[in-house]
Amino acid sequence: MPAHKKKLNTNPPSQAEGFFLALKEKFTGKLPKDCLEIKSLSRNQIETILDLAQEFKEKEARGQKKHEDLKGKALINIFFEPSTRTRTSFELAGRRLSADMMTIAPQASSLSKGESLKDMIENLEAMGPDLMVVRHAASGAPGLIASYTKAAVVNAGDGSHEHPTQALLDAFTVKEKLGEIQGKHLVIVGDISYSRVARSNIYAFCKLGGKVTCVGPATLIPPGIEKMGAKVETDLDKILPHADAVMFLRIQKERQEKMNFPSIAEYTRFYGMNRTRWAALKKEALIMHPGPINRGVEIEPEIADGRLEGGAQTVILDQVKNGTAVRMAVLSLWGRSK
Amino acid sequence: MKMLIKNGHVVDPVAKKDGLFDLLIEDGKIKKWEKRLRVDTVDTIIDAKGLVVTPGLIDLHTHLREPGYEYKETIKTGSMAAAAGGFTTIVCMANTNPVNDNAVITEFITKRAQEEAIVNVLPIGAISKNLEGKAMADIGQMAEAGIVGISDDGRCVMDTALMRKSMQYARGFGLMVVSHAEDECLSGHGSMNEGPVATELGLSGSPNAAEELIVARDIALAELTKAKLHIAHMSSRGSLELVKAAKKRGVSVTCEVTPHHLFLTDEAVRGYNTNASVRPPLRSREDALALRRGIEDGFVDTIATDHAPHASFEKEVEFAQAAHGMVGLETSLALCLKLVQDRSIKLSQLIKLMSANPAHILGLKSKGTLKPGADADIAIFDPNEKWNVDPTKFYSKSRNTPFGGWSLKGKIKYTVVNGKIVYENI
Repeated sequence: MPAHKKKLNTNPPSQAEGFFLALKEKFTGKLPKDCLEIKSLSRNQIETILDLAQEFKEKEARGQKKHEDLKGKALINIFFEPSTRTRTSFELAGRRLSADMMTIAPQASSLSKGESLKDMIENLEAMGPDLMVVRHAASGAPGLIASYTKAAVVNAGDGSHEHPTQALLDAFTVKEKLGEIQGKHLVIVGDISYSRVARSNIYAFCKLGGKVTCVGPATLIPPGIEKMGAKVETDLDKILPHADAVMFLRIQKERQEKMNFPSIAEYTRFYGMNRTRWAALKKEALIMHPGPINRGVEIEPEIADGRLEGGAQTVILDQVKNGTAVRMAVLSLWGRSK
Repeated sequence: MKMLIKNGHVVDPVAKKDGLFDLLIEDGKIKKWEKRLRVDTVDTIIDAKGLVVTPGLIDLHTHLREPGYEYKETIKTGSMAAAAGGFTTIVCMANTNPVNDNAVITEFITKRAQEEAIVNVLPIGAISKNLEGKAMADIGQMAEAGIVGISDDGRCVMDTALMRKSMQYARGFGLMVVSHAEDECLSGHGSMNEGPVATELGLSGSPNAAEELIVARDIALAELTKAKLHIAHMSSRGSLELVKAAKKRGVSVTCEVTPHHLFLTDEAVRGYNTNASVRPPLRSREDALALRRGIEDGFVDTIATDHAPHASFEKEVEFAQAAHGMVGLETSLALCLKLVQDRSIKLSQLIKLMSANPAHILGLKSKGTLKPGADADIAIFDPNEKWNVDPTKFYSKSRNTPFGGWSLKGKIKYTVVNGKIVYENI
């Protein structure tokens, strides 16, 4: 039996339902008003979210897709920064929970017409929403928004700060495939400096008993990242045989080529996933990417598509799939706590 | 007009006096002081029993925002904030709108100050036209109109040749050159210190080196040009070492530190606190402690506020978009008195840093002391009165302080400018 199937939850549904319901009730009392960062969540809280996501996923497998957790609740998705994956995932999660949902994508230009973020949120607040999901290019913006609304704000990625639901779905995927996070070694490769995904994953994996190593060109390793709990390495080949999961981060071609490394080709030579590196991985290791991928830059196309057999498996689409269940769990918990 | 200040604890580091004296003021000047003065007729008597009487404080670094940004501050409101903080002379930077880069603006500021300011206001002119760092501003004509130095504060003159020429040219007019030391290529205009806190918050940081490079450059230029160089708002321990070494070589360089760089670190930014957004950024604990040691050792010449008023709408935004800087005139003395309360320095040393030294840097012989014949610019404060910083009570038009809610000890009771009480709080 492959390692990742060992600890799948096989409880009968009725029992699980009662258990999770009790857990949810107990848990929601202690939730922070907003879901802004993994940093301020406890291990217990993270595990509760993952358990609830598991419940949603199992129900879906049984054909039970629609729920009423957010019936009568107003959910506004505000995407200041373009996003396909995260936005669709949140929208689907919201609909599955029966929320009255709308999505807006304010253009930077409308904000520059003199309306500040504060003005805009105060106007939305007047409509009495229960939940706001916010994606913003500026670190800290969801927290600023949270200070102007009574709605629970869920951070869908802010600048280089955090992307909590991404880390939760990553943890969910690793747990699903490898059975647990405890003792597992996550290696994050690439642009750590500007990555909110890296930061949230460092917190999530460390809190859940795993360990994290950040690998990348020295120019893209921010000072003091060790203080958040991660180890730092610049030699990918040295660390690969020890990894249980390797997460490749998207390289922003426009931003990087000028200063942080000499060329994409050189980056790929040192930090790209290729067949040789794939062969050096543990057989049961996972290959992850938060997307969108630059094929042939971070990961060779065949590996990205999971066409190689008999070794480390690519779980990029599992990450996306699990995103919906995880976001349903987050929206349900924070929607109820309101 | 005669005024008698009785029973006060007079601290004047220039006169080397620290004790109980009565002070007589006549026609805007200090007339005399003795242990016990008997005067028959005076117009005003201040009983300063239990209070400290010092030369009025002098701030080498403020932003009064007029002309152009009157919604943040005006020369009048800025001078009121100064008076409430014990300052009798303040120097205002050139980054107004339009920029103070020509004599017309300088004349406007000095005229407006004469009409409306309740303390002495001395303008600084720009180094470059419109602070663009490209061409020299009308330095000579501004000198005629009354500027006391030149600075592109808020911007760094990145063109080294222009900086060199400006320093040479300013020397010809006896003007000091105030350096906003920030290598803009390296700092990215960052208002957050590069380090673990910036990394955690996902904010791009400006390293100490961005400041130190320019401090080193400008010291070299001061050696080359023999100009009077003053380093504004020094924030890094490396900069301090550079200034120390230069002073030991005999270079004409002075430096200032701000209360916020002494009493706060980059930890204050947590929660994306835009009131802690300032350039140069709040640094590490090691830097703050090194600056305090620089004060104890006497290598730091003066404490300046870098009073930078901003309206609330400019601060209630994403951290990276927030206006840089904080108000400081009304909290500076009480914050700095902590150094005395902690026994890091003596009160007379603090008064030297906040009055005698800046007067000396400005070349003002009749200020920074209470010696007979000096201008009657006086601060009188209760060193023991405790108060909580409540920004809504500020005289400044703006409320952007990271010290709101702090409990401080030491409160200004009277401020006297040219022999007149311009502020009293009894």
